[in-house]
Amino acid sequence: MNVAIVDYHAGNIYSVIHALERLGVNPILTDDAEKISKADKVLFPGQGEAHQAMQYLRQHKLDEVICSLKQPILGICIGQQLMCRYSEEGNTQCLGIFDIDVKRFQPQRHEDKVPHMGWNSLTDTQTPLFKGFTGDEFVYFVHSFYVPQCPWTIATTHYITPFSAALQRNNFYATQFHPEKSGSVGEKILQNFLNL
Amino acid sequence: MLAKRIIPCLDVKDGQTVKGTNFVNLRHAGDPVELGRAYSECGADELVFLDITASHEGRKTFATMVERVAATLSIPFTVGGGINEISDVDRMLSAGADKVSINSAALRRPELIDEITRHYGSQVCVVAIDARQEADGTWQCYVNGGRVPVGKSLFDWAHEAQERGAGEILFTSMNHDGVKNGFANEALRQLADNLTIPIIASGGAGKMEHFRDAFLHGHVDAALAASVFHFGEIGIPQLKQYLKGENINVRL
Repeated sequence: MNVAIVDYHAGNIYSVIHALERLGVNPILTDDAEKISKADKVLFPGQGEAHQAMQYLRQHKLDEVICSLKQPILGICIGQQLMCRYSEEGNTQCLGIFDIDVKRFQPQRHEDKVPHMGWNSLTDTQTPLFKGFTGDEFVYFVHSFYVPQCPWTIATTHYITPFSAALQRNNFYATQFHPEKSGSVGEKILQNFLNL
Repeated sequence: MLAKRIIPCLDVKDGQTVKGTNFVNLRHAGDPVELGRAYSECGADELVFLDITASHEGRKTFATMVERVAATLSIPFTVGGGINEISDVDRMLSAGADKVSINSAALRRPELIDEITRHYGSQVCVVAIDARQEADGTWQCYVNGGRVPVGKSLFDWAHEAQERGAGEILFTSMNHDGVKNGFANEALRQLADNLTIPIIASGGAGKMEHFRDAFLHGHVDAALAASVFHFGEIGIPQLKQYLKGENINVRL
């Protein structure tokens, strides 16, 4: 299988590469529009700041490439946030694949620490991305901004407020958590994505 | 709900784990990579690899080990020991570590915390603090593996670290470390209730109840231990079942 990872210099993506290699896939890391468009599956991972990330995507015309894809694509962490309409982080206009705005966590109690970091559970999982899930699964999060619940929510996590742990619209999939750091549960999600 | 974390700590010297282990089914019991995988499979939430090598050659071996861990492990891991400047951080993150833990270097030059946070974000920067409760009741920070006092109070330094951008505080009580009589819950609670970043308890684990007490009375977000896990005195699956039975939210 031909798997492309969008290279836009947003944080450490080696763990995504290693996770795919453990599933027997050798992904290519590229910012080449043609290679991305021709891949069977595309991953759009990353950590970092939304404004800089969008600037890089626009400068390299990767915004148009991502929005035009017809094959399954999986955004991870900042990838999910960039696939939304707008982010409060850096007052940033994003890709608009999901017509919803990304918000910053507002702590309500002392226990509400930001960033939301660590293992949290998934509820109401839907679509084949979560095939085989029982509702007891924990996944690993590191983030300060979140996507509210919306019509494209396919998994919900509760932290300060219920938010979208994952989104889906047509061929566009996204997770706020890091499947590549979520042990065997994360491996199952990546395998499910490769099976789409 | 966000789960409380259980974190085994592995001391590594010249690329090999130092403390003995009771893990069966390992071809190389001293191999940190295999040990890390075994811990990951039995439910550890994170791992800490601490480089206690002194030599330059040993440091290179450690970086190679970090690369192998990153290729093998699918849970987050922190590396510490010998991280003195931003280039050390860069090397560890490039090798695939998720977080770095800094200790003496941060006390000697606190700006290191600001630099790490600015370059890589708060979530990467764990500030480890070794402190001892003195006869007068105050908690004082020590450097160089707990040998040299630096004249800073635990609470002042932890607060400064947070203000400079630290993502987590890993506090080891030198009074409790190795005694296996429980964590320093009073000091931990004072940290947890006054700071806004996660606190990791370290030093003193001997029984499963000690972990419960650190979460319930110490108000910590995570608890770290070494020998009770390495020698198989406490199994992580049993510990997590026990904690769940005590109404503490853990990942099973």
